[in-house]
Amino acid sequence: MLTYTIRRLLIAFPTLLFIGLIIFLLLELAPGDPMSQVPLTVPPEVKEKMREALGLGEPTHVRFYKWLVQFFIIEPQVFLDNTIGSTFAEGKQRVISWQTRSPVMDIVVQRIPQTLWVVGMSYVVGVLIALPIGIISAYRQYSVFDQVGTFVSMVGFSVPPFFSGVLIIVIFSVHLGWFPSIYDTTLVVNSWETFVTQLKQMIMPVMVLALQTTAQISRFMRASMLDNLNQDYVRTARAKGLTESVVVMTHVLRNSMIPVVTVIALGVPGIFGGAIITEQVFKVNGVGQLLITSIYANDIPMVQTITFIFAVLIVAFNLIADVLYGVLDPRIRYD
Amino acid sequence: MSLKHTLWGAAAAVAMLPLAANAERGSDGDVKLIYWQAPSIMNPYLSGGTKDLEAASLVIEPLARYDENGSLVAWLAESVPTVANGGVAEDLKSITWKLKPGLLWADGTPVTSADVKFTWEYCTADGGGCAQAEKFNDITDVETPDDLTVVVRFGVAKPFPYGPFVAYENPIIQAAQFADCLGAKAPECTEANFNPIGTGPFTVTDFRPNDVITLAANPNYRDPAKPAFATVTFKGGGDATAAGRSVLETGEFDYAWNLQLAPDVLAGMAAAGKGQTVSGFGTLVERIMVNLTDPSADLGDERATLAHPHPFLSDINVRQALSMAIDRELLVEIGYGVAGKVTCNILPAPAIYASTANDACMTQDIGAANAKLDAAGWTVGGDGVRTKDGMRLSMLYQTSTNAVRQDFQALIKQWWGEIGVETELRNIDASVFFGSDPGSPDTYQKLWADVEMYANNFSGSDPEAYMANWHSGQIPSPDTQWQGNNMPRFVNAEYDAMVAEMSVTADIDERARLAKSMNDLLMQEFVMIPLVYRGRVSAHSNSLGGVKLNTWDSELWNAADWFRQ
Amino acid sequence: MTDTTQVSAPQDDGSGHRAPRNQWWDVWDQFKTHKGALIGAAFFLFVVLAVFIGPLIWALEPTYIDIRSRNQGPSLSHPFGTDQLGRDTFARMLKGGQTSVAVGLTAMALSLLLGTTIGVLAGYFKRLDGPLMRFTDLFLALPILPLLLVIILLFRDPLRSAFGPETGIFILIVFVIGITSWMQTARIVRGDVLALKEREFVLAARSIGTPNRRMITRHILPNVMSPIMVSATLGIATAIITESALSFLGLGFPSDFPTWGRLLFDATDYLQQYPERVIWPGLAISLTVLSVNYIGDGLRDALDPRIRGR
Repeated sequence: MLTYTIRRLLIAFPTLLFIGLIIFLLLELAPGDPMSQVPLTVPPEVKEKMREALGLGEPTHVRFYKWLVQFFIIEPQVFLDNTIGSTFAEGKQRVISWQTRSPVMDIVVQRIPQTLWVVGMSYVVGVLIALPIGIISAYRQYSVFDQVGTFVSMVGFSVPPFFSGVLIIVIFSVHLGWFPSIYDTTLVVNSWETFVTQLKQMIMPVMVLALQTTAQISRFMRASMLDNLNQDYVRTARAKGLTESVVVMTHVLRNSMIPVVTVIALGVPGIFGGAIITEQVFKVNGVGQLLITSIYANDIPMVQTITFIFAVLIVAFNLIADVLYGVLDPRIRYD
Repeated sequence: MSLKHTLWGAAAAVAMLPLAANAERGSDGDVKLIYWQAPSIMNPYLSGGTKDLEAASLVIEPLARYDENGSLVAWLAESVPTVANGGVAEDLKSITWKLKPGLLWADGTPVTSADVKFTWEYCTADGGGCAQAEKFNDITDVETPDDLTVVVRFGVAKPFPYGPFVAYENPIIQAAQFADCLGAKAPECTEANFNPIGTGPFTVTDFRPNDVITLAANPNYRDPAKPAFATVTFKGGGDATAAGRSVLETGEFDYAWNLQLAPDVLAGMAAAGKGQTVSGFGTLVERIMVNLTDPSADLGDERATLAHPHPFLSDINVRQALSMAIDRELLVEIGYGVAGKVTCNILPAPAIYASTANDACMTQDIGAANAKLDAAGWTVGGDGVRTKDGMRLSMLYQTSTNAVRQDFQALIKQWWGEIGVETELRNIDASVFFGSDPGSPDTYQKLWADVEMYANNFSGSDPEAYMANWHSGQIPSPDTQWQGNNMPRFVNAEYDAMVAEMSVTADIDERARLAKSMNDLLMQEFVMIPLVYRGRVSAHSNSLGGVKLNTWDSELWNAADWFRQ
Repeated sequence: MTDTTQVSAPQDDGSGHRAPRNQWWDVWDQFKTHKGALIGAAFFLFVVLAVFIGPLIWALEPTYIDIRSRNQGPSLSHPFGTDQLGRDTFARMLKGGQTSVAVGLTAMALSLLLGTTIGVLAGYFKRLDGPLMRFTDLFLALPILPLLLVIILLFRDPLRSAFGPETGIFILIVFVIGITSWMQTARIVRGDVLALKEREFVLAARSIGTPNRRMITRHILPNVMSPIMVSATLGIATAIITESALSFLGLGFPSDFPTWGRLLFDATDYLQQYPERVIWPGLAISLTVLSVNYIGDGLRDALDPRIRGR
């Protein structure tokens, strides 16, 4: 397993470079113009000058090379400079956003707290609710609990956040006035009151997002548990007098986790990617909102950087999932 | 980064305390603004986006700006120079501005004419890609005879010399702060671009691009009693509905910008009683551009170029019938309510330029439109679509994605159906449609469709550059990388002559006559079909006082006068 | 490719009553005992009939604008009321359902086919595992929006001229949704196959020399049916919503062409003024997905020989 992991890590580098190149070419090919938000009153020649100032005149391979150097060499240097106070990156050109003319990584770092608070929290909440629901639904198949769980999770999954988000804003912000409809990203949690404020503003976006996560994961958990509950080894385990909780929670659960681990691992990079619609609805302005506004503004350095970090996380978490398969089921061999 | 900003904010707050104690400045606490488009930068010269310009207008200011009626008022200058008061030279080749004495930057240093001159140098520096470069066209020199006097010299006679340093698009920036940021170095000055030192009522304490800006009252603002608010929270992002809701229904915010919502939705929100809407009119007209060239895909490189006239839209009868079939009053009612007016002109304002010669379009006349097409030889076929010489009146109608525009498309499609014109609708994402990527087939400039709809206006109150849009030299084509503003591909020698004449005419009445006749020519050729004269709707909470909605300049132009009531 | 269709095809035979007494009769008998699945199947059939036959009976044009009767509540002439332009909501729901159900089913089928094929191949054949899973990583990492814009750029006009505007766009949408949503299924199926491959019954089958093709169709695929069924249910819901998101990019159907997702989105702005308007499309999408979910449950039980034997 260790050699497999090392081999996968080594393969990851060329894979990621290739993914980076494909993303870059895709962004090149996509129609779009960083000047699309400039008012129509600005004449075309001025827009052309602005494009040149962004470096758009240079050929594609030169720009890709520049981005590679900036992302893989200069940005780590900047990180080192900030942590240990060195001056490796002094005077070097970092990855600069076209929209804000400021370093891309600074903005990404600025966005991470609210993304983790809201999207990360909702994912944790969603998974924590989904697992027991999935297990109980399968164990008590066709009970009232199972039926209600199925109904709520399927309706929850088929109602898109652009609607459910607005619906709960209308109920809880407009009519009841309990929670704010707009997330305050500048809030600093340093006392009990600010913590309560933070909880209040998080609760609605977390609810909306967790509903989607719960629905999805609980369905896979339930299906996988059902598959395993009828297997021969379960009968054997019961026959040799193991308690019901040991049978279900140790034997069945462990064997049912493979598809669930896959789904959970696939979702984790999504936390970083943010939740575009929910972030828009509640004005959370996390990484998802940053990505979507950058795409609309055709801010290629920003989109390329965020997407690439996203790709790194995907490759990493899929590797983690593969390693976990081996842990859950020692019969799985990759070598 | 964030720690630095926090400390900076704390320092600014401490610095303000003594002032707040003995004057009214900062007595009204915090004011919260919401813009559904989030500002990305505070430097208007590096971004042309309206959201960025408006945010920056809280901090940096021009020499003169437009008020809510569209007339020029002196801002950092003592008065608006004119030929009459001797500020503008008789030959129209120079204009002399006098700064108000005693002006200070937010950091306490004096504002001088050198800063004004520097602003010009900054925007015209090579490789800077200045978004407002057009305003500085034809300037040969900016002279500074003394600390308070600025003389702008033009290479040609400028009948309207109020381009540079006027309005929110080109405010004065501090020479000391931006000295190292000229040309290609402009993007490296992140701190200056996010936190420009200005003369305006507020200064930035924390700028989070595309998210939220916090500002504090400028301790050195010229009026010691203003601004009434100690801090501003400027939140960006989301959508217009949510922004409207946060002001009108939940009362979380004080001011929401540009609420492009269906009138009944807006009215429903306003009924909650927490705030009110304000509207104003500038020069924005929603219009349909008619393609006079053939957009057929079979033409290859000559698609939508002058080489091939449009098979049926080159017939003026068809164009006129399309215009006659539209019920503009209904469009206003459905789409804009109080924020729209029926118009038959492409140049609806200011009043001296507005023509009344085309007002026949105000009433829909399907019968007459049908008669016109009948007379022109277009006969209705079995499927209800008119044909002539085997040519079917079947069109592709494109616009950007926007709920109101899609409703307009559906309505107009039905009316055109009633006169025997078949229409296929297409909506394109705004970032692609208004982008000018020559590789994209869907830009508004390429117009690879038969008709397209969007809105346009002009900045300031002088229509010269706007009317020049339909000069034959402005036609987008492969030779110009599809850049240019003459979307209909309109070629008319008489029109071109009037454009040339206007650029050398100084007399205001003569300019008005020219602008009107250019407008009338375009309208009577039906190369554009104006639909709605669009205003702007914003909303503010009942407790926010002093709001004067300005559509000619920044909506936040008088934020110094805002107060809590 | 054909392997997967073999498994799903008998579902039709099961309800067709024509097949001789074979195992699919047993499947049908077991399916019948699942009350939820029966109700789900009946409701789904009803929805399909309503949206495909309904527009023939309810003759109002979904795109006809009767501006004088806009924003009306339910009445005899407009059972579901009218929208902000006076179009009949009932007619739009029926017509919109056609598109949504068709797009939902075909896009889901395409994504399942892709996902299952890639997942089984990667899980079963060790040599294919690396390349196929890196390919999956690549697809997971691609930014969707620019990808869609590129697809429009390359394929919209050729498809339009080859199949006409409506069919062309339908193919484009199904293709787009299909190729952007198969990755999860592929990863899940592969994970399950990796584990199954080492189970005793597979080893036993292999030891008697079962060829790979038979191994996959007889032993592997039936045992990964349940995650596939779940993916199918979730996939339909996703496809219906994604379709409406596409039309905002100008990739979907023209804006006057109703679909359930679009009706729901348009009605969201009027949530407070006319709440009934969001209910119809919301209900239609939810109930359709729910019915597919129950059909999936029933099928899963019916296909599991251990349950069937009880």
